[in-house]
Amino acid sequence: MLEIEIDGKQLQVADGSTVMDAANQVGAYIPHFCYHKKLSIAANCRMCLVQVEKAPKPLPACATPVTNGMKVWTKSEAAVKAQKGVMEFLLINHPLDCPICDQGGECQLQDLAVGYGESKSRYQEEKRVVFNKNLGPLVATDMTRCIHCTRCVRFTQEIAGLMELGQAFRGEHSEIMPFVEKTVDSELSGNIIDLCPVGALTSKPFRFAARTWELARRKSVSPHDSLGSNLIVQVKHDVVKRVLPLENEAINECWLSDRDRFSYEGLNCASRLTKPMIRQGDSWQETDWQTALEFAATRLKAVVAAAGAEEFGALLASNATVEELYLAQKLVRGLGSDNVDFRLRQTDFSADAVSQGAPWLGMPVAEIADLNRLLVIGSFFRKDHPLLAQRVRQAAKRGLKVASIHPTADDWLLPVSARMQPKPSEMVAALAAVLKAVADAESKSVDAALTVLLPADMPAEAKAIADMLLSGRQSAIWLGNFAMQHAQAATLRRLAQEIASITGSSFGVIGDAANSVGGYLAGAVPATGGKNAAAMLSESLKSYVLLNVEPSLDSAAGERARAAVAGADFVVNLTAFNSPELRAISHVMLPVSPFTETSGTFVSCEGRAQSFVAVAKPQGDTRPAWKVLRVMGNLLSLDGFDYNDSEAVRADVLDITAFPVANLSNTLDGLTVSGSAASAGIERVADVPIYATDSIVRRAPALQRARDGAAPAAYLSAATMTSLGLNAGDAVEAKTEQGSARLVAKADDTVADGCVRIASAHETTAALGGLSAVVTLERV
Amino acid sequence: MLSQESLKLIDVEVAKYPSDQKQSAVMAALRIAQQEKGWLARETIDAVASYLDMPAIAAFEVASFYNMYDLEPVGEHKITVCTNLPCALSGGVHAADYLKQKLGIEFNETTPDGKFTLKEGECMGACGDAPVLLHNNHKMCSWMTTEKIDQLLADLAK
Repeated sequence: MLEIEIDGKQLQVADGSTVMDAANQVGAYIPHFCYHKKLSIAANCRMCLVQVEKAPKPLPACATPVTNGMKVWTKSEAAVKAQKGVMEFLLINHPLDCPICDQGGECQLQDLAVGYGESKSRYQEEKRVVFNKNLGPLVATDMTRCIHCTRCVRFTQEIAGLMELGQAFRGEHSEIMPFVEKTVDSELSGNIIDLCPVGALTSKPFRFAARTWELARRKSVSPHDSLGSNLIVQVKHDVVKRVLPLENEAINECWLSDRDRFSYEGLNCASRLTKPMIRQGDSWQETDWQTALEFAATRLKAVVAAAGAEEFGALLASNATVEELYLAQKLVRGLGSDNVDFRLRQTDFSADAVSQGAPWLGMPVAEIADLNRLLVIGSFFRKDHPLLAQRVRQAAKRGLKVASIHPTADDWLLPVSARMQPKPSEMVAALAAVLKAVADAESKSVDAALTVLLPADMPAEAKAIADMLLSGRQSAIWLGNFAMQHAQAATLRRLAQEIASITGSSFGVIGDAANSVGGYLAGAVPATGGKNAAAMLSESLKSYVLLNVEPSLDSAAGERARAAVAGADFVVNLTAFNSPELRAISHVMLPVSPFTETSGTFVSCEGRAQSFVAVAKPQGDTRPAWKVLRVMGNLLSLDGFDYNDSEAVRADVLDITAFPVANLSNTLDGLTVSGSAASAGIERVADVPIYATDSIVRRAPALQRARDGAAPAAYLSAATMTSLGLNAGDAVEAKTEQGSARLVAKADDTVADGCVRIASAHETTAALGGLSAVVTLERV
Repeated sequence: MLSQESLKLIDVEVAKYPSDQKQSAVMAALRIAQQEKGWLARETIDAVASYLDMPAIAAFEVASFYNMYDLEPVGEHKITVCTNLPCALSGGVHAADYLKQKLGIEFNETTPDGKFTLKEGECMGACGDAPVLLHNNHKMCSWMTTEKIDQLLADLAK
């Protein structure tokens, strides 16, 4: 510990602290622009100059290490004179036109100029002008306003993992720019808007839409991935205008992924359903809630009475709130059915028979920093979980070694030290090989149920992964979305569990949606032999209740799911959006609130239950889904639907104060495993693209224009392409048992040989159905 | 993109640094690439960056920072005149003016026959020899009076 005196206050700080750290500890504010606690120190804005005893010149607080007995004055005459001098230089080339700048009112330069700037500029000469750069559809530029703090550059380099911006040229000619004609394509790019202390980088979708002081700031939780990022939703006249991160060091730190940040555009899109509608023949009639609910309840009752309760089921969105999921399953069970599921993209449900709780990450997200070995199985990690990947990236800099078992080797922008790239059908074999390798190395026996899977010999890559895991001090094994959606997901989970138990690793499932954990806790899964999502979508039931589900895009079955629902006699659709598909399959559509307009709870992958309240009034006649379900329960004369508020519903499901929440378990002891089924032909590797995961994101225009929002193509390795006689750029017809899609063949050597990567959750590929299937490709 | 000979030269530079820090060789690699191509087109910088496993923009930062790297095509003979203070006090500006008049071009321009390009340079570390100028980045010419400039241009025009 070091002694330091700041502005007359004595304190002790840890070795290696800077003056800025020490000042933060005593609460002495030092003005700054380039300093940011999460970024490396650049010391190039010079705004944080302070007076230090025995130093002949003022020193930058952010870059000056504390020495024992140091005396610092942050507000002395000398310090303030230096700070004012810097401010005058910064303002020389900065436009003095705050009223027309989008950053006005939330600008660090503006704020500090009030304290340190003069009321009049002494600078009479011409100011420099810098041409704007096109950074893509999300970030707007006003480069003349840039003060070259390089926070954005350091962010892309250090946090996002790929340096997409740089400071080119020199001195007065310095410019922040991407490399020629490139845009910033990172899935975390929106954070540079928050980081920019001036109006040089602003939000393109939000540009000139409102002033910060006109906006209410309300807390919420992101519905898009299983991390549960905390949000500040900014609202004007009950319209969501912008989303910013709410700092929470244990979850999203001070960052947000672009999906969390810009998806709000989908909430305000034209296809929002704002009035209850009833189908009459082929036309749709707007109506009032009373009529619609009574119609829904009466018909539902009639169809269930006629066809039997087992012919009725509910398909629920995996980003619905705990309260919605709980009431929906209660409704289903109240009507005597057990057909309820929220895991629409899952294909293997055999884990349900032996599962002892909700699958979860198995560890707190904040403890990723302590890991030194991590095996990720079956995951498009960076695009599926942008901020989780960011945490792993930071940990990797401090020595975390990462391995991957996945059919594609897409760049996670972090070092992957061991990798296996099996075809989808070889995933089980690959994992079994790793299991054998760790068991052999530790001379431990493998659970008898799994020995049938163990291979006779194992590839060197499996050995490398085993060695990596075993050499660790604190290791973890995670199953990604691809593994959980795999046709042998349960076997993969069981194998991973065994590897974890032999290597002493923590073991978990990342989860593909905001309520992947919460859905289990709410009981939105079959419990007494009812039909799961796959069963409900492979053959038509007589009636369905859908909650924020677009069957062809949100389920593993694709087009077939739509057909199954379309085959029902009666479909009640609780949905925030209207679409041709939903109109074609539903009989009554009830407008329900998206997450911004309802109170609710998400349980994140780490088992953290986070409740939120509505940040805006429901649009039009929209109502929160939990209220709609409660009224439907009442209309159907079911017991236990007398809730007054969503907290009462939540109280029936979980204890919000517990962390992690109760009833979490990843173990699958006693599972009957299945071996790899060798497949002939080209296998499809289906990802759910980052901006196609749910109905809100799919309707956010700026995200859809981003590079990650591009339409699906058929990505093949060069070798696979040659073996099929295809060339990059060829138009191909991809065919599965279910259907066909016309795509462009693109070369991508990160895809395993013998595979083709074709994204799902997109209308152009929905006809292909199943997420993993054998595909034939023909040139057309 | 770059010739085998250039890549070999770059490999020699890369070998001077730890294997995970190939980008340390970026300045040398850009110099070698410029030697081969005459100037650094964006594609050339991109090629150097990917050869060194570094982001293209990071290589561009370096290439745009140092003025010996040419981001535009230059003539056969690039003459860089130092106009920093010590040179300026000892006739550097006059030397530059004389060259401009003699060649009929301004700074950063190339003669129509593609023979000469004139550049304004930064201190070359030889203030005692002022005025100094640099021919094609490598040959330093000291005490450049008008006579010596005439002589140099005559030699180069041959």
